[in-house]
Amino acid sequence: MKISSLPNWTDQKVENLVGNLLRTGVSLAALIVFAGAVVYLAKHGAEPADYRVFHGEPNQLRTISGVLQETVALQGRGIIQLGLLLLIATPVARVGLSILGFAAERDRMYVVFATIVLVILLCSLFGS
Amino acid sequence: MKVWELTLLVWIGSAVAGLLGSLTGLGGGVVLVPLLTLFFKVDIRYAIGASLVSVIATSSGAAAAYVKEGISNIRIGMFLEIATTLGAVLGAFVAAKVSTSAIAIVFGAVLLYSAYLSARVRVRTRSDEVPDPLATRLRLNGSFPTPEGIRHYFVRRVPMGFGFMFGAGALSGLLGIGSGAVKVLAMDQAMRIPFKVSTTTSNFMIGVTAAASAGVYLSRGYIDPGLSMPVMLGVLAGSLVGTRILLQAETKWLRIIFSLVILLLGAQMIYNGAVGKI
Repeated sequence: MKISSLPNWTDQKVENLVGNLLRTGVSLAALIVFAGAVVYLAKHGAEPADYRVFHGEPNQLRTISGVLQETVALQGRGIIQLGLLLLIATPVARVGLSILGFAAERDRMYVVFATIVLVILLCSLFGS
Repeated sequence: MKVWELTLLVWIGSAVAGLLGSLTGLGGGVVLVPLLTLFFKVDIRYAIGASLVSVIATSSGAAAAYVKEGISNIRIGMFLEIATTLGAVLGAFVAAKVSTSAIAIVFGAVLLYSAYLSARVRVRTRSDEVPDPLATRLRLNGSFPTPEGIRHYFVRRVPMGFGFMFGAGALSGLLGIGSGAVKVLAMDQAMRIPFKVSTTTSNFMIGVTAAASAGVYLSRGYIDPGLSMPVMLGVLAGSLVGTRILLQAETKWLRIIFSLVILLLGAQMIYNGAVGKI
């Protein structure tokens, strides 16, 4: 089968791309979380810690827009949460990349399967 | 306890959990929640949120290494992820409805089962020589490189595996764990996929499964940055070191000891849940 747009896309090539994406996503997320940790501990390190009672996070740490605002304000907890969001986004991006890979291979059935998974993930992230 | 003290201690505990989890192949996530709730007296909802985030980190980190070897089967993974993500969303919603005591008891039962699975001698399954029509239609059959050359395999009992995977996803979403043990069971025992392909593909799927419930957890305020930070960084560091020394280490005794630890933690979780301490 001749594929004009993306030549020589094989399973192995897609898997290599996916591998790099995962490694980059996790490394970047860990770096951002670490940077946030430095800011958070410098400011709040000496305060008492208590997680015995569940209060739930404040609203600005529950939504993507809120986390971005907290990050711009250089709040340590906001920066950490941004890193965690990036971490959560990494497998989502992986599924998106798989769709492209399957499409390049003209594997329609798996384009559909991967799209279903992506829709479930996006609904969970943005719908709730 | 001050914030920096808790951060340091949780980081050390998580690093040890990540190291043992990767050395024994049992995953670190399963001991994180008991560690946080029983020793650090963290509310189980915060513990589950932090654990889930760390599961995504270790799964993605390990999967990055595995996919390059060409052992994991991305079609099997993608097809079964439909089941695990649906299950995970359901599990995360159920987690908000049931009491924390009930979650603790279910968690304890899963720990006991994991200890049993790792102590049991694994029955080697031979993959069938006859292709299954449904698996062929779904293009699930595959091959992987072995020292003796390329080995081909046929996948069996697809609906049963799919059902198991839905359950694995629900447990993952309910308890904030990777539930790799159930995933491997579904692929290795039910679908007759070679063990090596099952474990690597399972690892690949754990991150996507966990990401499906992470959105629900985030919007419910279960993911606390102050607690998730040392857990994620610790588990990641521990499991990275673990994969480096995996080949040299003698893991048999480590596995037995870790299984016993899991057994004790499971009993403790069930007890604390039953008397209403969690």
